[in-house]
Amino acid sequence: MADTLIEVKNLKKLFPAGGGLGKKSYIYANDDISFSIEKGETLGLVGESGCGKSTLGRTILRLYEPSAGSIFYRGRDISRLPHREIVRSTKMQMIFQDPSASLNPRMTAGKIVEEPLVNHRLCGSAAERQERVKELFRHVGLHEEQMQRFPHEFSGGQQQRIGIARALAAEPEFIVCDEPVSALDVSIQSQIINMLEDMQRELGLTYLFIAHDVSVVRHISNRIGVMFLGKLVELAPSDTLVREPLHPYTQTLLSAVPIPDPDVTRARARILLSGEIPSPIDPPPGCRFAARCPYAKEGGGRCTAETPALKEVSTGHFVACHLV
Amino acid sequence: MANSKKQHRTVARGALRRFLHNRMAVVGLVIFLCIVALTVYAVFAVDFESTTAIDPPNRLQPPSAAHWFGTDEMGRDIFARILYGARYTLSISFAATLVAVVIGGIFGAAAGYVGGQVDTLIMSVMDVFMCLPSMLLAIAIVVALGNSVGNLIWAIGVSNIPKFARIVRSSVLSVRNTEYVQAAQVIGTPVIRIIFGHILRNCLGPVIVQATLIFAMAILSVSSLSFLGLGISSPTPEWGNMLSSARANMRNHAYMVIAPGMAILLSIFSLNLLGDGLRDAIDPKMEL
Amino acid sequence: MDKEQNNVLLEVEDLHVSFATPVGQVNAVNGISYTLHRHEVMGIVGESGSGKTVEALTIMGLLGTNATVDSGSIRFDGQELLEKSEKDYVTFRGKEVGMIFQNPMTSLNPVYTIGRQLTEALTVHDKGITKKQAQARAIEMLTHVGITQPEKRMKQYPFELSGGMRQRVMIAMGIICHPKLLIADEPTTALDVTIQAQILDLIKKVQQETGMAVIFITHNLGVVADICDSVTVMYAGHIVEQGSARDIFYHTKHPYTQGLLRSTPSIDPDNNERLIPIPGEPVNLLALPDGCPFARRCTQCMEKCLAEKPPKTEFSPGHIAYCWLYGEGKEDGTHG
Repeated sequence: MADTLIEVKNLKKLFPAGGGLGKKSYIYANDDISFSIEKGETLGLVGESGCGKSTLGRTILRLYEPSAGSIFYRGRDISRLPHREIVRSTKMQMIFQDPSASLNPRMTAGKIVEEPLVNHRLCGSAAERQERVKELFRHVGLHEEQMQRFPHEFSGGQQQRIGIARALAAEPEFIVCDEPVSALDVSIQSQIINMLEDMQRELGLTYLFIAHDVSVVRHISNRIGVMFLGKLVELAPSDTLVREPLHPYTQTLLSAVPIPDPDVTRARARILLSGEIPSPIDPPPGCRFAARCPYAKEGGGRCTAETPALKEVSTGHFVACHLV
Repeated sequence: MANSKKQHRTVARGALRRFLHNRMAVVGLVIFLCIVALTVYAVFAVDFESTTAIDPPNRLQPPSAAHWFGTDEMGRDIFARILYGARYTLSISFAATLVAVVIGGIFGAAAGYVGGQVDTLIMSVMDVFMCLPSMLLAIAIVVALGNSVGNLIWAIGVSNIPKFARIVRSSVLSVRNTEYVQAAQVIGTPVIRIIFGHILRNCLGPVIVQATLIFAMAILSVSSLSFLGLGISSPTPEWGNMLSSARANMRNHAYMVIAPGMAILLSIFSLNLLGDGLRDAIDPKMEL
Repeated sequence: MDKEQNNVLLEVEDLHVSFATPVGQVNAVNGISYTLHRHEVMGIVGESGSGKTVEALTIMGLLGTNATVDSGSIRFDGQELLEKSEKDYVTFRGKEVGMIFQNPMTSLNPVYTIGRQLTEALTVHDKGITKKQAQARAIEMLTHVGITQPEKRMKQYPFELSGGMRQRVMIAMGIICHPKLLIADEPTTALDVTIQAQILDLIKKVQQETGMAVIFITHNLGVVADICDSVTVMYAGHIVEQGSARDIFYHTKHPYTQGLLRSTPSIDPDNNERLIPIPGEPVNLLALPDGCPFARRCTQCMEKCLAEKPPKTEFSPGHIAYCWLYGEGKEDGTHG
């Protein structure tokens, strides 16, 4: 495990959910999550809205303060470090979902990409900085003449390229990609996915790739983690996860993914869930998925009484289910 | 270096283009510039004595070639007094606006950015002040501190702080949680630069509009206080006290009220138009 | 021939729609034609700016005041829709054609209960119906779309329901008057995949039971493959390819459709090939180029493509593409 870049241990992130007087209630956005990311790999994180996958990415970057647990960066616990120290001693960056919202509308594209260079004092002189910005623009497939334009003058795909150039400017080794292509058109999505793959190969980057689109995550990731209501329910190498999903939720999720092939998609059996996703506010004990799980009855009372732990069932394949 | 200079130029040109596109704003700017130009001209051309010297034979003259706006009950030229008075009204209002913008801005930004207890504390104090009508508050301050130009500035400035703090706080709150602010945190931008370069920069629109509105309101306040005898008092010319002293002769010599009244009205009107234009000008998203 | 004519529900011919905006005229729909049969589920696929939503809103008479239908005709069940007045449309919408939207939160009125909104849809079209009958019909509809405890839901407000449940209510509202056609504009885009699967199954079920036709607008090729009999692919307000679902997915002709399929990541673990993106940026609708709208992003672009609008080629009955690769309208099945 010498090459572990990021390790998360028993991470918890709770958000207060009103309550006011009397007993306070909390949203369990991340509940007791542990995993690690190896250097150079892409760990995919899938799950439906509200499962806490974006919160997890942001907590690792310390945009949110963890409620409990630790985050290790190259073996060093960064979960309590002051922010200035995080900026100084780690090389973590983020690519955001909504490219138009993640770019300051009043700054020109050139200034946006230049900012990390200024913050990290990566260039000696202003002229060097300009050269570097130009280089970054070319790297992500933009023209240097576009440096003086404002974000709204770009298309969605181009805006995302600016966001990527900004992340690259800080010379990161780890990037949290939070739904980086879900706001983009299909034809543009693949351009960005390919670019992320190329960047990884050229610069030896490590990714945490968060998305709700299982096909995209499957395509880009070495390993995939599946989240449900704040819990990591399954973690396995991509192929294994898609071929032999063990957790009932993963099975459901995979069976619902639309496949652009009429014969295949119409022939397969879909697991349809009854009921709605339960509330993440003060969840009851037991498995979070129990209320919707087709197999919960087989587990006897255990599924609703005891929270299943994430256990390794075969090499590298972790699952949190009493029935496996 | 050359590049960044060029960049600034294009940005400024865009702002100018957007401003010029708003015709009413241009009208506002022209009127306001005329007022300012006349005020500056008066600093050199009109001396204090000529606006205060009593000239009984020429009292209550209607407008004529010699006296464009006529003369008042002491025979003083109203045009000269309006020009001379502008320096008081405008500079006191401007200084008061500055007080409100700087202090209100700091409080509002702190409340919005820090949040939590700080927010609760600052906004509770502001809410208490908001309960008092700002005019009443200003009167109370002047009465308590005494009648002087400095006190007038503080009185009007302070009474506008809560309004401004509220606007700044709500705009800061709306910008603080945007993804580009998070992005700035990720790329390691220091807090001070995040506040000024990312948050306040994107709050400028509503802040500028509010500042021009407060400027306009301050002009009204200065005149009103002087009108009530709490601000600048006669014989020093000021638009408010000119109105006040003209009241007695209003029936037969209406021009005496019209001139200072129009001066107040035009300044406020032009400022309101100007504020809208500035908001559009500084927003690069405004398409033409 | 007569029978064929009788089987046609909707006929759109050479429709052009444009918008006046402060920056100029946006040409959203540029001469599209298609035929929809009764009981048919047709998918309209396209990316943002392809004109797929504008086209649907035109059928519904819901275009904004800054939009103009420049030319063309829309014949629905024998009547010309573009000649209808706003008053005629009130009785037409909902009764003849139902519509469901992408965002169920903003398309339900937040201040009325679900029950009130459902019964209102009924009473608008059927003045004779009593309140009690309307209530009963509404409850029946909610049960039909798979909502449990419909009596309780009738008294609830939209914010009290989850996203999936709201979309079910929207579907109930869309079909409560038994329309002949349901237009679904990205009805599952805002939903999670497991909920999407439920809603797709529901639409399939309702369609089979009522026999209504469906126009399903989406950008998701997987959804199209699942639910549609026929597919229309749009790009920049033009139709580029049309055919049965099998034609489009297995005998793809147009380079744009091929590009879309190649650039979609696959869930199949054996498919680890690099994606082949469509190069370039979406076309600017303010300044549409001459010739084929896709030409500038097409890897097989020829000189002709930049100069002249491509001809229509029919490969098999109903399978057509507009592309110069297939020559002057002659039948040719060897490409692709």
